Amino acid sequence: MEVEIVKGLKFHKKQDVAIVGAGMTTFKRRLLETGKELSYFAVKQALEEAGLDIKDIEMVVMGSAPDAFDGTALKGEYLLDGAGGSDRPYLRVFVGGGTGVFAPIAGYWHVASGLADVCLVVCEEKMSCCHPHPQSAFKYIWDPILDRPLKPNLIWIFALEMRRYMHVNNIRHEDIALVSVKNKANALDHPCAQVAEKITVEDVLNSEPMALPVRRLDVSPPSDGAAALIMVAPHIARQLTDEPVWVTGVGWALDTTHWTNRDLYFPRYVAEAAKMAYRMAHITDPRKQIDVAEPYDPFDYKELHHMEGLGLAKKGEAPILTREGVTARDGDLPVCPSGGLLGVGNPISAGMGVKACEIYWQLAYRAGKRQVAKEVTTGVCQAWGDLMQVGTVMVMSNKR
Amino acid sequence: MPAIVGVGYSGFNANTPDLSWKEIMYEAAVRAYEDAGIDPRKDVDSFITCAEDFYEGFAIFDEFVPDQLGAVLKPTCTVCADFLYGLATAYMQIESGLAEIAVVEAHSKASDIKTFGEVIRHAMDPIWLKGVTNAHPYYLAALEMSYYMNKYSITQEAIAEVVVKNKRNALLNDSAPYGAKLTVEYALKSPFVFYPMRKIEIAERADGAIVFVVASDEMARKITDSPVWIKGVGWWSETSNYDTMSFEARYAYKSAKMAYRMAGIENPSKEIDIAEVDDRFAFKEIQHIVALQLAGKYDVCDLMSEGYFARNGSLPVNVSGGNLGVGNLLEATGGQKALEIVIQLRGEAGRRQVDCEIGVAQAWRYIPTASGAVAVFGV
Repeated sequence: MEVEIVKGLKFHKKQDVAIVGAGMTTFKRRLLETGKELSYFAVKQALEEAGLDIKDIEMVVMGSAPDAFDGTALKGEYLLDGAGGSDRPYLRVFVGGGTGVFAPIAGYWHVASGLADVCLVVCEEKMSCCHPHPQSAFKYIWDPILDRPLKPNLIWIFALEMRRYMHVNNIRHEDIALVSVKNKANALDHPCAQVAEKITVEDVLNSEPMALPVRRLDVSPPSDGAAALIMVAPHIARQLTDEPVWVTGVGWALDTTHWTNRDLYFPRYVAEAAKMAYRMAHITDPRKQIDVAEPYDPFDYKELHHMEGLGLAKKGEAPILTREGVTARDGDLPVCPSGGLLGVGNPISAGMGVKACEIYWQLAYRAGKRQVAKEVTTGVCQAWGDLMQVGTVMVMSNKR
Repeated sequence: MPAIVGVGYSGFNANTPDLSWKEIMYEAAVRAYEDAGIDPRKDVDSFITCAEDFYEGFAIFDEFVPDQLGAVLKPTCTVCADFLYGLATAYMQIESGLAEIAVVEAHSKASDIKTFGEVIRHAMDPIWLKGVTNAHPYYLAALEMSYYMNKYSITQEAIAEVVVKNKRNALLNDSAPYGAKLTVEYALKSPFVFYPMRKIEIAERADGAIVFVVASDEMARKITDSPVWIKGVGWWSETSNYDTMSFEARYAYKSAKMAYRMAGIENPSKEIDIAEVDDRFAFKEIQHIVALQLAGKYDVCDLMSEGYFARNGSLPVNVSGGNLGVGNLLEATGGQKALEIVIQLRGEAGRRQVDCEIGVAQAWRYIPTASGAVAVFGV
């Protein structure tokens, strides 16, 4: 018998990590509440679901994207007491838009390293403070010498990426629009949804052009919101629930700052992150072994793009799977059963509520009306951010 | 137990008009990789940068990290906190098996910031604190100083002593731009700018970058003969509200407790040989020495005047010159502290070498916060 020697990291951890509770606020424009209050709502809900008290929390991880949105410097410190971080170790992590899945990854290493047994992960974003529009905060994300003089805008560069993706894989806009139709319809069952509606492909194709080929209904809205997750060590999980959801793999990767220098048709950063997470979770054939997926979908083409990055579809195959209904909630591989960012709303990092939290709820069979038809064991969630640059991936399973 | 296997730094300078922040990061990183004898493209599993958006002048600073560190398409992230938090993150990643070699980076390009006071003001609670006054936010530190001095009978002389000691220590540190030979009398003549705080008690800002290569126990033994072990890390936040903070550096006390527990240190004042604490306001050094349990709160002034914390004293504190001598390095402050401890423990500190085996580094997240981190190192 030949013994296969595993090269590289062995992922030996101090203890396993389980998720026992999650919470999220309604996603919408919430001018009346401060970021601290939004965090509080999400934390309270997660604690209630887990049957814990804030006193039981040992450490807190905060995930929040640019300071410029909330309009405070050192935003992590500002949100501290709303998020339950006062009088305990509290750390804010940040990888741009990818923070929504990166914050739970940070929660994972707090517990897996043995430093904490109970870790609270909170993500918050309040985009409505930004005037006249959150897009204006994106003026300051560019390289000041090479990019900023061109006065780029995020929608434009995503239009470039979408065009490239369509061109290389020979995909029509009609096929991409199906994602928006699916997700906005899925969101009708989500109590926190901001832009859930029943629309058709024609509605998407006839909506207002933003930067062609991107049209209004191809894009998720800016939102305010917060989400929270509770991650615990096995001996705590055993006391709280009979059906914890285990984190079996995590991965993240950051590509070069010079986004102009790479081929945009395929997200290599997501593929690298997924490779790490799958290796850790012992997944060799993601399409067969993964039962439900929540790839990051701020634009409809992005869901397809990321499915390919995650290995859930071959290059150029994701639109075909969507057209055939494989990715529908009752399909063989439900994708974004929550309604995703396109349907529920896109408060950047707080997108954790429809990504990591949703996979937890699906695997714990707590998703209510959103529960997918098929039996589920393993799920994957993913987020993406910075200058089309970072991929964060987390694999969960309800079997240890 | 993870260990530091390589360190590199660039700076520290009052101003760096010739180099961009990317270039100082690159310089520090290349030195650290050379020191550790590793190739970042092949050997490093995770990169961690410590940065805050508004100090950098970008909306999403994380974007600009990978290229100059050799981190492209590798696990790379930002923690919005001091370098010592980044070190704690590397510690956790290594202990969870996510990395065998991790790189931690922090830098300060404070000279690029035109309106430093306004950036700090922008970090205050917009409803409760920001509107209170238009004064420069250093007044918040002065209020805290006033409270602390009155409560524990801290003398003006002891605080002046901190300034004199640290600026003199800095004269032996080639990379400290604010060294000076002063007397207590001279320091006491410095004008009050935020009563009871004198101008000379406020650390000037400086530029610089620090990169550490951290390796797991097994890997550290493989790649170096002189690892510096991270015996313990701790970090803690009190609250973000100014009206409910302890004003006694409870964050430092609690984070030190966490780090000491991990390191198995029961009597810090006896077991620790050298300390680098945050002294971005001179009174903070005294407050942090007490919070780290290196001296009793009613003894600290006498000990300071007796030279107990001097370079040749019983427990040298801020031998590098501290922030008063090296400068306020923003999020890289803890990095400079940890760097000095590592250099001292390795016995590479040259003329300012102190005999030591266990050292502690501590940093605070600066006004208006009550958060901080501590790391304990040993050989």
